[in-house]
Amino acid sequence: MAFQVALGDTTVAEVAATKIGIKNLNFFYGNFQGLRNITLDIPERQVTAFIGPSGCGKSTLLRTLNRMYSLYPGQRAEGEINLNGVNVLDPKHDLNALRGQVGMVFQKPTPFPMSIYDNIAFGVKLYERLNKSDMDERVEWALKKAALWTEAKDKLSQSGLSLSGGQQQRLCIARGIAVKPEVLLLDEPTSALDPISTARIEELVSELRTDYTIVMVTHNMQQAARVSQHTAYMYLGELIEFTPTAQIFVKPKDKRTEDYITGRFG
Amino acid sequence: MSTTSVPATNVSQSLATPDNPIYKRRVWVNRFNLLMSLATMTFGMVFLLWILFTLFSKGLAAFGPALFTQMTPPPGSDGGLANAIFGSLMIVGSAILIATPIGIMAGIYLAEVGRDNWIAKITRFINDILLSAPSIVIGLFVYTLVVSNVKHYSGWAGAAALAIIAVPVVVRTTETMLLLVPNSMREAAVALGAPQWRVVLMVTLKSVQSGVVTGVLLALARISGETAPLLFTSLNNQFWSSDMNAPMANLPVAIFQFAMSPYEEWQRLAWAGALLITLTVLVLNIIARTLFRQKSQ
Repeated sequence: MAFQVALGDTTVAEVAATKIGIKNLNFFYGNFQGLRNITLDIPERQVTAFIGPSGCGKSTLLRTLNRMYSLYPGQRAEGEINLNGVNVLDPKHDLNALRGQVGMVFQKPTPFPMSIYDNIAFGVKLYERLNKSDMDERVEWALKKAALWTEAKDKLSQSGLSLSGGQQQRLCIARGIAVKPEVLLLDEPTSALDPISTARIEELVSELRTDYTIVMVTHNMQQAARVSQHTAYMYLGELIEFTPTAQIFVKPKDKRTEDYITGRFG
Repeated sequence: MSTTSVPATNVSQSLATPDNPIYKRRVWVNRFNLLMSLATMTFGMVFLLWILFTLFSKGLAAFGPALFTQMTPPPGSDGGLANAIFGSLMIVGSAILIATPIGIMAGIYLAEVGRDNWIAKITRFINDILLSAPSIVIGLFVYTLVVSNVKHYSGWAGAAALAIIAVPVVVRTTETMLLLVPNSMREAAVALGAPQWRVVLMVTLKSVQSGVVTGVLLALARISGETAPLLFTSLNNQFWSSDMNAPMANLPVAIFQFAMSPYEEWQRLAWAGALLITLTVLVLNIIARTLFRQKSQ
């Protein structure tokens, strides 16, 4: 199951329900328009990949899904992003609750300056009051889910910074899933990692798909082909094509997509 | 690669030969500049070592257990600096206890909340002015505000004056340290749904805590030798006093008074006091640097 290749999953892809419905989304960095009229349905419990050349808006799109951009004055989004049918762009929408539902892992591993255990407990404590043994259990569960338990179980009290880059990234994934979100956003999660760590994270993503809706930005097309069921190709802030992954790499509909995936530019 | 048969016109032959005139000139310019910076460094070091040497040779004479156990003496008799040392600890300690929370909170506001809004900009500007304000002005300010109103000098007035000097130092280092925290760290905490106060207290401030402590120690070093603000506020006291509402003995003013006096015993004590303050500041700086080095590793 975990090693099932994305290309074989087209049938699954077609029947999945929509988890996040994006409708006429426009995004602005001050006066610069970063996203133009994006409409896209992200299916539940599948991996959706955003690909495209640098600056095409794929990370921008990902960062609208948990409204990360709200941290920065001058950035704003217009349109609709419906998570479970609720528009999260509504200014009254509770941001912290949204981020509890939609977790995120970044390009560079960002362990907090605390122990491995506390790195995971930090997020859990925001939503739940667990006693010591329940918390221990949750930390173990999250680390096992992120395939880090065997390496980290003997040094839970050591600093998260003492782990290697790949382990740190898995710690960040563990931290993200420990709060039990519904959606996991991955922003080029392997671009700072070596090939072996990359393979482990990709394996992990395929496994996590059974429980979470995963949206992933990647600049690596092979990675998109390996782990995703759906791929969106973006260019200059526009969504050019959004189809099952199997199709986009074999028979792209748009000429621009074809140029990009065949390496003619980008 | 064969190097022997390379013709002179070969582009791959390096131009960085010792007899290249441009290269030669660069070597000499480099030597000259290195010499100049060594000379300036020596100039500074000579005076610093001179001061330290004088302090040690004159101060060590009066250094002994009596310095820490006996009170400041009347003119013409032997004694110590016990009351002045204790007073300095009280005043400087209170000042840093007042200044640290204010400074850290203001630093957090500037780096994490206000950032570039107009309140932050004005605060930063005023903080810069305070940072370089002459300490005597601050002493006079507290004098008119506190001393002339309650009609007597007091330890609290001294602590207030020193706190005003320490706050901008703490504000500046806290802000600078927090700005060093990469934004990705903040985003990672926010992405978990943490409210801002938790992000600041548990993640960003925590990741630079040794830097912030360094700032507090540097502020402590800065205020522990200040004399002018204490002359107008805490004044001095011949006797042991732990009443912060009354004039209080303190090292800088005791040194000032004793050094200006014609009595040899007082002058000796002034040297010892000066040595004591210098050593304290030196130790504080060393601790601060060690902490900071651990942080940057």
